[in-house]
Amino acid sequence: MDYGFTEEQNKFRQEVRNFLEEEIKKGYWEPACDAWIQGFDPEFTKRVAQMGWIGITWPKEYGGQGRSHIDRLILTEEMLRYGAPAACHWFADRQIGGSILSFGSEELKKEFLPKITKGETYFGLGMSEPGAGSDLASLQTRAVEDGDYYVINGQKTWASCASFAHYFDVYVRTDPEAPKHRGISEFIVDIRSPGLSRIPMTDITGTEAWNDVFFDNVRVHKRYLVGEKNRGFYQVLHQLDYERSGMERLMGNYPLFEAIIQFAKENRLSQESVIRNKLAQLQIEFEVGRLLIYRVALVMEEGRAPNWESSMSKAYCTEFEKRLAGVAMEVLGPYGQLVSGSRLVPLRGMASHSYLGSKGYSLQAGTTEILKNVLAVRGLGLPSS
Amino acid sequence: MKLALTEEQEMLKNTARDFLADKCQKTFVKQMEESETGYSRELWQEMVELGWMGLAFPEKYGGGDMNFLDLAVLLEEMGRACLPGPFFSTVVLGGLPILDVGSGEQKQEYLPELIRGEKIFTLALTEPVYRNYDTSSVTVQATPDDGDYIINGTKLFVPDVHVADYLLCVARTRPENGVTIFLADAKNPRIDYTILKTIAGDKLCEVVFDKVPVPMANILGQLNQGWSAVQKIVERAAVGKCCEMVGNMQRVVEMTVDYAKERKQFDRPIGSFQIIQHYCADMATDIDCARLSTYQAAWMLGKGLPCTKEVAVAKAWIAEASQRVSALAHQIHGAIGATIEHDLHFYTRRTKAAELAFGDANFYREVVAKEMGL
Repeated sequence: MDYGFTEEQNKFRQEVRNFLEEEIKKGYWEPACDAWIQGFDPEFTKRVAQMGWIGITWPKEYGGQGRSHIDRLILTEEMLRYGAPAACHWFADRQIGGSILSFGSEELKKEFLPKITKGETYFGLGMSEPGAGSDLASLQTRAVEDGDYYVINGQKTWASCASFAHYFDVYVRTDPEAPKHRGISEFIVDIRSPGLSRIPMTDITGTEAWNDVFFDNVRVHKRYLVGEKNRGFYQVLHQLDYERSGMERLMGNYPLFEAIIQFAKENRLSQESVIRNKLAQLQIEFEVGRLLIYRVALVMEEGRAPNWESSMSKAYCTEFEKRLAGVAMEVLGPYGQLVSGSRLVPLRGMASHSYLGSKGYSLQAGTTEILKNVLAVRGLGLPSS
Repeated sequence: MKLALTEEQEMLKNTARDFLADKCQKTFVKQMEESETGYSRELWQEMVELGWMGLAFPEKYGGGDMNFLDLAVLLEEMGRACLPGPFFSTVVLGGLPILDVGSGEQKQEYLPELIRGEKIFTLALTEPVYRNYDTSSVTVQATPDDGDYIINGTKLFVPDVHVADYLLCVARTRPENGVTIFLADAKNPRIDYTILKTIAGDKLCEVVFDKVPVPMANILGQLNQGWSAVQKIVERAAVGKCCEMVGNMQRVVEMTVDYAKERKQFDRPIGSFQIIQHYCADMATDIDCARLSTYQAAWMLGKGLPCTKEVAVAKAWIAEASQRVSALAHQIHGAIGATIEHDLHFYTRRTKAAELAFGDANFYREVVAKEMGL
């Protein structure tokens, strides 16, 4: 047992910090909440790529660094600590590249992975549909074989990263006769494909957070089928394990955490026992959540997809993030309601943004309820309901 | 970073689990709760032979040369088994503090007999008006008198005094900045004790020191400078209690999940109902968080690293998590869990006592607040 980091890991963390501090000093960007999912900055992604920090766990032959999952976690933890605008590459780095690596053909790996690691190609996700949320296996978007092509028709919703992505990773029904889990396939679709259109959706904070994406006879060549036909549902479960696994579920609004502690200190609110108690409790919950996520990375390091482990960490951590936003609002009192751009707004409006934005944290990538189902059935062996 | 136990620790864990499953069944636990001494000399001797007393002590005193992390593994199994008796008092509250601050002679005098299982130790720290573990709440006086110190006053919630041979007594030797640890003969007739009746059925005592003389040579550590040693004792004891609680909670989660799989209502196992599944998922999360934070603190203690914050995080977390786990375990077990027919009560009673011991959640939240610079 060893809860410490190696000298190399500590050095790497420091290297990432130096890089990010330098970026902030140069005024390239300002730390922000949710920057991992809403901070689209192609130049930043390019600079991160130049450091070799996209796809760092992937094999070198595909442009990766062959480094450990702990290294990746150190990297992402620091990105989140500084609220860095990493959204352009986050999805591909976290899960889609991994899906291509695990299931894709050699051709797909060679085509996409190097472009991702160079920070040139961004991916969006197409999983949910208007009628298929938690019950993802009920998705209806269809792909029909036509010679060397598949023709896709249907609608995806809550598609993250869609405004900036070059490609979508989409799950569609390829066999409507088969049981619903066994008729789904994964494709990579070029966003410029004829017949593909999208309508942005604005979230409760006023941010353009997702897109509705429509497929009207979109033709995709067969070589963009990822993995086996009709095995897509098993692949998406695998991908979701990674989607749920990371530190962004704990530290998405970390800049607010730091700022509210600082605010409480400066205004002597931290001397008030109620506030003091609440901030300390948040710190305790934060430290515990961090351990859950490092545990997940160690599971990945064993070469195993984290299943109930990442369900546990994500369910726990997003609840923490909601509490953090709630406590921040309490600490700020009536000022908490002011939003970015208002006169007198405290902490650049991070509290109200996070309070509203965090409502979605426990819904995306698997609701807390679904995650607890996974944990109960797969982790504890309870009978399916 | 690595969270798995070493092969050696796995072996220790398995040996301890098998041994205690055999020797420390709930009928025995119940018997001990009702007995006068609260432990069995025979089992104590077997634990000595397994090397448990000396596990975390250096070889030169007859110990096993392992560290606190290894002891943590053992304490977890003891918690799992609800092991009664003065092991915790002797090793965690008595022996390890002597190893910390005792002189070479004191270590040579006391540790070998402790490790051989011949002597039982305990710690007299808390007092009737004592709430927080801060130096000002030590009021029991030790006054110099012709080469001796005379200890006078009442200590409360002292475990296992009724069987102890030695008492580490934390006393005030100066009105300000003057706390000293004394090693007193627990059998001294001027020490009077009353065993309190507790929910855990352990033996917590009220101890009255009626002008008890202790030779100057029995000061542990430095005169007047004892408080930092006490803080270390409290930190380590808190983590030790966390380890016991991890074992306790782990067993409770297992019992509850098993029960949810077996118990049928409405023609199906209750564990197939989503609400029960979510309760179980919450319990599993609480125990895993408890384990991760406890072992982090134990690892740091074992390495000798400063870990005030990590200890506080672990105990503050586990104090509340254990109560959530306990409440859900009872809810899922239904009425049978509220009886003495079922084993759950052994765990519920102990986990409450452990929650309160060596600082509760409020106490450690304040420690964390200070560490945060609030």
